Amino acid sequence: MVDRIADPWGERTPYGPGQQWPVRVDRYLADGRSDADVDRWVQSASILHSNGDALDIAVADGRIVGVRGRAVDRINRGRVDPKDLYGWQANHSPDRLTRPLVRDGGRLVETDWDTAMGRIVARSKELLDGPGGWGHFGFYTSGQLFLEEYYTLGVIGKAGLGTPHMDGNTRLCTATAAASMKASFGTDGQPGSYTDVDHCDAIALWGHNVAETQTVLWMRMLDRRRGPNPPAMLAVDPRATPVAREADVHLAVRNGTNVALMNGLLREIIRRGWYDHDYVEAHTLGFDELCRIVDGYPPSRVADICDVPAVDVERAAELLGTSQRLLSTVLQGFYQSNQATAAACAVNNLHLVRGMIGRPGAGIYQMNGQPTAQNNRETGADGDLPGLRNWDNERHVEELARLWNVDVDTIPHWAPPTHAMQIFRYAEQGSIKLLWISATNPAVSLPELHRIRQILTRPELFVVVQDLFLTETAELADVVLPAATWGEKTGTFTSVDRTVHISDKAVDPPGEARPDLDIFLDYARRMDFRDRDGQPLIDWSGPEEVFEAWKECSRGRPCDYTGITYEKLRGGSGIQWPCTDEHPDGTERLYTDGHFHTEPDYCETYGHDLATGAEFTEAEYRAKEPDGRAFLHTVDYQPSPEVPDDEHPLLLTTGRTVYQFHTRTKTGRAPQLNQAAPDVWVELNPADAARFGIVEGDLVGISSARGAIQARARLCGIRPGVVFLPFHYGYFDQDPTDRTPRAANELTITAWDPVSKQPLFKVAAVAVAKLADGRGVPSPAPTVGGSAPPADADVPPTVGGPAAEATSGKE
Amino acid sequence: MHLAHYLGLLHRAQVNLADAFRQVADAHAEEPDIEHLCQQQAKRCDAHAEQLHPFVVRYSEDAPDEPDRLHSQLFTGTRTGGIGLLRDLQDLYLMAAECDITWTVVGQAAYGARDKELLAVVLRCEGETAIQLKWLRTRMKAAAPQALVVAD
Repeated sequence: MVDRIADPWGERTPYGPGQQWPVRVDRYLADGRSDADVDRWVQSASILHSNGDALDIAVADGRIVGVRGRAVDRINRGRVDPKDLYGWQANHSPDRLTRPLVRDGGRLVETDWDTAMGRIVARSKELLDGPGGWGHFGFYTSGQLFLEEYYTLGVIGKAGLGTPHMDGNTRLCTATAAASMKASFGTDGQPGSYTDVDHCDAIALWGHNVAETQTVLWMRMLDRRRGPNPPAMLAVDPRATPVAREADVHLAVRNGTNVALMNGLLREIIRRGWYDHDYVEAHTLGFDELCRIVDGYPPSRVADICDVPAVDVERAAELLGTSQRLLSTVLQGFYQSNQATAAACAVNNLHLVRGMIGRPGAGIYQMNGQPTAQNNRETGADGDLPGLRNWDNERHVEELARLWNVDVDTIPHWAPPTHAMQIFRYAEQGSIKLLWISATNPAVSLPELHRIRQILTRPELFVVVQDLFLTETAELADVVLPAATWGEKTGTFTSVDRTVHISDKAVDPPGEARPDLDIFLDYARRMDFRDRDGQPLIDWSGPEEVFEAWKECSRGRPCDYTGITYEKLRGGSGIQWPCTDEHPDGTERLYTDGHFHTEPDYCETYGHDLATGAEFTEAEYRAKEPDGRAFLHTVDYQPSPEVPDDEHPLLLTTGRTVYQFHTRTKTGRAPQLNQAAPDVWVELNPADAARFGIVEGDLVGISSARGAIQARARLCGIRPGVVFLPFHYGYFDQDPTDRTPRAANELTITAWDPVSKQPLFKVAAVAVAKLADGRGVPSPAPTVGGSAPPADADVPPTVGGPAAEATSGKE
Repeated sequence: MHLAHYLGLLHRAQVNLADAFRQVADAHAEEPDIEHLCQQQAKRCDAHAEQLHPFVVRYSEDAPDEPDRLHSQLFTGTRTGGIGLLRDLQDLYLMAAECDITWTVVGQAAYGARDKELLAVVLRCEGETAIQLKWLRTRMKAAAPQALVVAD
């Protein structure tokens, strides 16, 4: 038995370079059940992070009773993240929505589907009537639906209503990954494979606390680190995360200075001759400009800007520069920070100048945060066109028009699809009048929450929320639609390394809750969207039909699914796209021949100026003659839009704990997970805490120019001058009449990266003050992960106890 | 030599553009990208003006009198609302376009004067002005349908 709360990563199974990662099957069955008590196992994959761990759902007496990892799968070889081990219990939570709700007389009251959908359709038809009707619709979706649901929603928006105002919360988590890959390589699509961990001799983690966000990927890295010839490790993170503590070199940079660091590292690598001249010559564009810019960042200047020792910058450059098989992973420390796209492109630059791409061990993971973020990007339910097509390429839009049999001008392509922050701005100004939010909780997850609540409660704005629970967002809606979730519906989704999994329906949804796909299809039927021949625009009735239609949309594009069927996904391992007749088993790595997706007729973007987001035209792009070469985009460091001052002397960064996901909609309802991290805390460096007279457990007020919240103090290894708040904690489980401000996003700034449009969650200026004495009671922060207190602190360890007993073994 | 007048024209155009970027940033602070990027571009214009200044001084020493109607007024203050934003960005666009063509003219003169130092400044700065134009066009293209067709 193992307590996967006390030890989220479980027992090590060490292995050496080039060996296969050993199998370890993790299992949790509730209420003391054993395999003998399970009626059937239903194939699925993890839904509470982006790793794509394959697992089977245990069903007994028509209910989900547990999960176990799939040993056969390439991603996890049987392992399961603790969030997935315990998180499924939320499906059974007694407060699941089981009937639609509509707002009557200021209150949400239960109703039937006909009434709820009738209201949405009546309002939609009213708004659509008249010139510019399309512009009154906004859709804000998720990174947690299935591929089939996104594709259907994308067709409704782009070919049915004809609105560009559709985006996902992927804008908050993964937009920079996509933007950086488009900019460097021509299209979205991860170059690497998770098996690069098996082969690499160095791992660099750029703003990525993988130990808490993708635990199974971290297990793989740790198993290499404990085996023979382990890879060297570099961590860039202002916090002392488990990754930073494990790393050989840890750069605890000042938030918002990533570009200065990257420029400095590239300068060292070039000056010391650690770059691959032949690769640069044959496969890249922009090396001279890169050299010119990075030359201005000697280690001493980097040390000044980033506040790290110059000698550590040199050590990091040596670790990167002398590796033979370098693996990089990038996440929110780069994506949600200042100059996000430029910093993520700089990681791509590092790999391009060193020729570290497209071979075993030499890989890049521009990570996602959510399980199905990749699909949102592929299918165009966010700020992209389906099939990773280029909105500015008339031929690409014509392909979609032919596929959907609509007029090409029905599909909005006069500008890029509207990004989430702009959708909310249009709603604030009143030109968007219907906002449909599915499977996400902006009233906790977007920046500057008082503003978001104001927008969602505007009387002129008709808000539809489709969710499992009455979230903080659903509370403000005009219509609430009860949705089925993972385990209650069938669909597919795709991991960071392009591995496609199927998730089959295991049990019925509760009450009248419906799969999101059924809700979208019902809306399309009721709206009676037609193609140019007067036939129904959308005639699908179930997920497999949508999947088959999507395959045609993906044909010939980087994310080619045409070789995949539901049948093929069942029984064995997941399959990596592109998967075609020529490559029926999928494709492990992209760009193995150094030929990138930058041809003008194929690429997903004609490019941007990284400092402003100014778009280049097709003619300008063609003039660069990229010819399959990758772009080395480099810019100078610019300070964040908000930096500390006398009034707000500290920098706030927000983030995650291993025990919670997003706004706790599910994990907050799984007892083992919630007890491990039950309430918000604020992390302070002991030196800062001493300055403000704060000790462990004290109640602290944290305030910015936007708002103020309260949290108990955890003194730990975060860098001086920076405070950390987990962003998970909202208000759904507080008494509605007595809510204490605790959501980190009350404080964050409304600002975004000029290219990826990803909001800046890592650089708000704040003040802290002690509000009340903790009387020796420690903060509710877990002792596991980035919030771990110093070894000599008198804080009881986070454990799960008997309720968290799981099994783990070779089988 | 009349180059001094065109240097003066460009210098003043950069100073005016910096000022206009700042006014638009303040007037449309509720559009965070506008505020942030206009402030950023104002600093770029400051830097352009600063780099031009020594040449303005040097060439004005032996310049004839300034001709009539050299300077024109392109900006008379900001507006509000969605269409107001569009019009303000359009003003900025026209002002940046004036800078853009003036860089071209000054660059040609720098060739004629065999002034390598001035040419280096032109080559450094004119690309940044071109990016300003490009950014304004990008932002206006995205905003125009909603402001002109959709908004009440």
